[in-house]
Amino acid sequence: MSPAGLGRFLARRLGIGAVLVVGITLVAFVLTHIVPADPATANLGQRALGDPAIVKAFNHEYGLDKPVVDQYFIYLWKLLHGNFGISEQSHRPVATDLGQYVPATIELALFAIVISVVVGVGLGVLAAVRRGRPVDSVLRVVSLLGVSMPTFWVALFAFYLFFYKLGWLPSGGRLSPGLQPPKEITGLYTVDALLHGQWSLFVNALQHLILPGIVLGIFTVGTVLRFTRASVLEVINNDYVRAARAKGLPEWTVITRHVMRPALLSIATVAGIAFGGLLSGTVLVEKIYSWPGIGQYAYNSAVNLDLPAIMGVSMVVAVIYILINLAVDVLYSVLDPRIELR
Amino acid sequence: MSTTGALPLEPAPGLGGEQAETLTRQDRAALRPPWRQPLALVGGGIILFWAVVAIFAPLLAPHPPNLEFGPILAPPSAAYPLGTDELGRDVLSRVIFGARLSLPLAALLVVAAMSIGSLLGAVAGYFGGLVDAIFMRLADLVLAFPGIILALAVAAALGANLVNAVIAVIVVDWPQYARLARSMVLGARSSEYVTSARLLGSSGWRTMWVELRPNIAGPILVLGALDMGNAVILLSGLSFLGLGAQPPTAEWGAMVSEGVANFFNYWIGLFPGLAILTVVLAFNFVGDALRDILDPRTARMLGK
Repeated sequence: MSPAGLGRFLARRLGIGAVLVVGITLVAFVLTHIVPADPATANLGQRALGDPAIVKAFNHEYGLDKPVVDQYFIYLWKLLHGNFGISEQSHRPVATDLGQYVPATIELALFAIVISVVVGVGLGVLAAVRRGRPVDSVLRVVSLLGVSMPTFWVALFAFYLFFYKLGWLPSGGRLSPGLQPPKEITGLYTVDALLHGQWSLFVNALQHLILPGIVLGIFTVGTVLRFTRASVLEVINNDYVRAARAKGLPEWTVITRHVMRPALLSIATVAGIAFGGLLSGTVLVEKIYSWPGIGQYAYNSAVNLDLPAIMGVSMVVAVIYILINLAVDVLYSVLDPRIELR
Repeated sequence: MSTTGALPLEPAPGLGGEQAETLTRQDRAALRPPWRQPLALVGGGIILFWAVVAIFAPLLAPHPPNLEFGPILAPPSAAYPLGTDELGRDVLSRVIFGARLSLPLAALLVVAAMSIGSLLGAVAGYFGGLVDAIFMRLADLVLAFPGIILALAVAAALGANLVNAVIAVIVVDWPQYARLARSMVLGARSSEYVTSARLLGSSGWRTMWVELRPNIAGPILVLGALDMGNAVILLSGLSFLGLGAQPPTAEWGAMVSEGVANFFNYWIGLFPGLAILTVVLAFNFVGDALRDILDPRTARMLGK
């Protein structure tokens, strides 16, 4: 693919993405404004609610007293200037909140996706190579088991076992209380700590990451496993694989060099899909492990009907989603030059 | 199968075209009817078990689900096989009564999402044009959100109760059916039986209902079967977050969340979670077997 072609492709896809994001603001807006629930009720205490002046001031402060259509356009206008509005719970700009919470979730999700891709691809190749044997059948059950486990329940029991019973891992949060987070470069504590050479801080951050990361990864291991198995089986009977075996290459080389390459395509796709699934899972996992990420922020804003925050979260999550799908498509053409980006 | 629509699922364990004649032992096993596949049988058995539990809950449960009678936080024992919770309610009885909520609600919401989604998708695919653009962009929008985050926002906006949680999951769930139905209608629209029905004077709606519906129903039903487990998880997830069933309702997700508050008493959260796991696993066993059979590629290997 020529650089110009790639540029055109990116421009077009980003354009579509931008339209989608505007659509999302509309959906989120309709959803949060044409509903029976009242943000004033959710955010003000009982006494304040009894005082019409306070309710009026609250509604005025957040622009809730204007016509709904006007509210939408005011929102879009502010958004164009990078202003997501002020959160009704934290009383800080939503953009500031998001800047704080998004890296925490990215760190968690990246850790989880690495685990699930490494484990899932490994087991998937094993299942494909041992196709029809007992190992394959066992792995089929394992993968179904993986997608059938309620994340919140696994999270609870991993917590019970590894924190409460065994005491191997910390209970939650990103760092032990009292520790200062590393100076921000990427916002990922483990990476930042490494960049600053703060070893003990790195170990501490990693310890906090392990439990939620693995729990979050478990759900997607099953999906990755099945996709890997299927895509390896697609290619394993090809003539060039037989040729590679016939010329006496060790089985390991045949699998890694000749079978895995084409299979990587579908694996890239499924990793993209899995990442979306992970973002869903973060809501539940972050709540249990008090991980200060976007999942918890989404939950708190939804429950408190914090409209600017809900809209901000929806948009950020959707943008992440769109970018990941785009990245998967680009990766596709890198892995298989025959595929044209259109 | 005459449809060309592909399930948006994983590629079948493929044999390239040239090797299509040779069926391995495993391919044959995958093509056996579901009642002869061990996993599907186990799954069907578990579903039947839970259905019986749900129907006869009042007879099977040793106590009413909300009766606060026993010792508080008693571990599992002969008197309380699964222990009691922080209000002295019998966990076993609550798990049994939980089946009365999770199973019918999951079925209800899958049927609703399936009906709405396939109707919109079929209409979009058949009529095309503006209708198609509107419905499918709407589906894209919903799919641009990770499932539970949108469901969370909908459920919170509508107000936290079980009915609204079901509505929220339907809102999140219909697009996959719409996409599948649309792709299959697109494939079948120009087929001869549709043309002849049109020439015989059948209206567009009648053609869709009489000619197209039976032809696209199979894969959609399989998707529905695969979706049942998903529905149970999403719905109990919302209840876990406090946006579905409200106390003191005996609902599995809500019970696991009580288990979080009392995490040092493992039995409170363990057993309702196991109930969710077994139900979801059972539906996935059955759905998986159905998928193997109805997958167009597997079907081609049979020479159909």
